[in-house]
Amino acid sequence: MRISIDDVTVTLAGRDIVSGVTLVAAEGEIAGLVGPNGSGKSTLLRTVYRHLRPRTGRVLLAGRDIRSMSTAETARHIAALPQERGGDFEFTVCEVVAMGRSPYKRAFAGDDAADHEAVADALDQVGLAGYEGRGFAALSGGERQRVLLARAFAQRPDVLVLDEPTNHLDVQHQVELLALLRAQRRTTVISLHDLNAAASLCDRLHVLHEGAVVASGTPREVLTPELLAKVFGVRAAVVEHPLTGDPLIAFDHREPAGPHPSGGAGRAFVSRSGHP
Amino acid sequence: MSALSAAPAAGRPVRAARAGLVAAALAAALVAALTLAVSLGAVDIPVGEVWTVVGRRIAGEAPEPGTRDLIVWQLRAPRALLAAVVGAGLGLVGTAVQAMVRNPLADPYLLGISSGASLGAVAVIVLGAGVGSGLGLGVSAAAFAGALASFALVWALARRGGGFSPLRLVLAGVGIGQFLSGFTSFLVLQAGDEQQTRGVLFWLMGSLGGATWSQLAVPAAAVCLALLALQARARSLNSLLMGDETAAGLGVDVTRLRRELFAVTSLLTGVLVAVSGAIGFVGLLVPHVCRLLVGGDHRRLLPVSALAGAVLLVVVDTLARTALDTQEVPIGVVTALIGAPVLLFLLDRRLERG
Repeated sequence: MRISIDDVTVTLAGRDIVSGVTLVAAEGEIAGLVGPNGSGKSTLLRTVYRHLRPRTGRVLLAGRDIRSMSTAETARHIAALPQERGGDFEFTVCEVVAMGRSPYKRAFAGDDAADHEAVADALDQVGLAGYEGRGFAALSGGERQRVLLARAFAQRPDVLVLDEPTNHLDVQHQVELLALLRAQRRTTVISLHDLNAAASLCDRLHVLHEGAVVASGTPREVLTPELLAKVFGVRAAVVEHPLTGDPLIAFDHREPAGPHPSGGAGRAFVSRSGHP
Repeated sequence: MSALSAAPAAGRPVRAARAGLVAAALAAALVAALTLAVSLGAVDIPVGEVWTVVGRRIAGEAPEPGTRDLIVWQLRAPRALLAAVVGAGLGLVGTAVQAMVRNPLADPYLLGISSGASLGAVAVIVLGAGVGSGLGLGVSAAAFAGALASFALVWALARRGGGFSPLRLVLAGVGIGQFLSGFTSFLVLQAGDEQQTRGVLFWLMGSLGGATWSQLAVPAAAVCLALLALQARARSLNSLLMGDETAAGLGVDVTRLRRELFAVTSLLTGVLVAVSGAIGFVGLLVPHVCRLLVGGDHRRLLPVSALAGAVLLVVVDTLARTALDTQEVPIGVVTALIGAPVLLFLLDRRLERG
C-alpha cells in the first residue's frame, strides 16, 4: 500500500520539529529517511504510527487520512518498530510477538489459530523459530531486535515503519536485518543513521535537515559529496561499491567539511551546529 | 535447528496451562484460608463446625442459637471476606499501576489517593464525629471523599502539558500525597486522647476490624467492576509495558488508556482504603510474585494477582488477629514484616539474574 506524508508539520513545546514535509513511499518501495541528529526523522515517523499528531498536514494510506481511521485500524495496516527496546517485565518471546495481534482483537478475545499462525510465521521470517518460550529480557540485543521485528510482522501490515532498526547491532546483525528487510519487498519507511546501509537498502532516500526535506531521489542522485558537506558537515568521496555496485560513501574521518566551493555553507553549518 | 524448534515451541500453551493450575491452586488456597480465618481466634471453632454454621445460613435455615453462629457468621466471616476483597483489589490495582507508570516499584498508594483518604478519615476521627456528622459523613465516607479530592488534584496536575505521562503521574501523585500527609500528621498531633490516637494509628496502618456484612457489598462490587475494566484492556496493558511508542504503533491510544487506568485504579483504591485503611506492601508484592508464577501477560496476570492478593490478605489478617493474645496487631505491621523481606529476596534474585 502506498503511504504519503503530505505537508506535515509537527510542533512540540512551541517549536516546529518537522515543517512542511511531503514524501511518498510507493507500493513495495523502501523509502529511507536520512539526516543528522535532531533533523526530525523520528518525529516524522511518530506521526505515521500515530504516536504524535501533526499540527498541520496529513498522513495518507492509499489515499485515506489515517486520522479518519480508528487507532486499531491504522495498526492493522501500519506496523512500527520504534527505538524503544522494551522493558524487563517477564514476557516470553511468544508473548512479545503475539502483541502484534492486538490490533485485531476485541476486548476479552483469546488467541485463535490465525494468531498462532501469524506468530509462528513471523518468528520463522526472522529466523527465530523455536524461541517461543525464551524470556525476552534475557536475549541478546540482536535477537531482541529480531523479536521486535517479528512482532511488527505479526501485525501483517501493509506498511512497515522502522526507526533506526540497526542501532546498537553489530555489523553482522545489521547486515542480516537489512537483508531481511530487502527480501520482504514491503512498503517501508525507515530512518537510518548509517548512510552506506541506507544507500544499499533503500529505493529512494529523503534527506531531512532541520525538519525539512532538502533532497529526495535514488541514493545515487541524493548522496553527493556536496550534499554530505552541506547537510552532514563531512568531507566524503562517493564511489562504486566494489562488491555490490551500490554507491559507497568513503568519509574523511580526519577533518570535517572545509569551506564549500559554492559559498562556504559547509563550514558555516558545521560551526553553527556545535561541532567545530 | 529442527531439534531446537521442536522442543520449546510450546511456550504459550505451557504458560497458559501453568496459569490455569496456579489459578486453581490459589482458588483452593483461598477457600482453605477463609475457612481457617473463620475457625481461628480467641475461641477456636473446629473447621467442620464452621461449615455447619455457614451451610445453615447459606441454605436459608434458621441460624442456630448461641454464640457459635454469632462468632462465625456475624464476626469472623464478614471480616475474612472483606480481607479477601481488599486483598484482591490491592493485587489488582498494584498490577495495573505498575503497568500504567511502567515501574515495578509502583504500588496502589504511589499516586496520592490513599493520602487523601487518610486525611479525610483522620480529620473525622480527630476533629470529632461532630465535624463528620455535620457533613453527613462517617469515617469511611470521609475517607472516600478525601480519596476523590486527591484524585481530582492529581488528575488536574497530571493532565497538564498533553499529559498523563508516567513521570507526570508519579510526580503529581507523590507531590499531592506528601502535601496531604503533612496535614494528616498535623491532625494526628492534635489528637486529644489515647483512644483517638489509637484509632488514627489503626487507620493509617490499615485494619479490617469491625467488618460487617453491610460493608462488603460496595468494595466487592468495585473489585469486580475494576477486574472487568482492566481485563478488557489486558492486551493494551501488555503493549504499554513495551513503551508508549510501541503501544501507539499497536493501535493503543496511550493517553486515553492512561486516563482510564488512572480513573479505575484511583476509584478502586479509594473504595479499598475507605473500608480498610492503607494496608501496605500487598499491592507492591503480589504483582511481582504473580509475574514469577504466570509471566507478564496481563490476561493471566490480572486475575491471578487478584486471587493471590485475596489469599495473602486473608492469611495476614488471621495472623494479625491471633499472633498476640492480648491485642490485635495492625495488619499493616504484619504485611510490612512479611512483605519487605520477600520483596528484597525477589529484588535480589532479579539483580543477580541481570
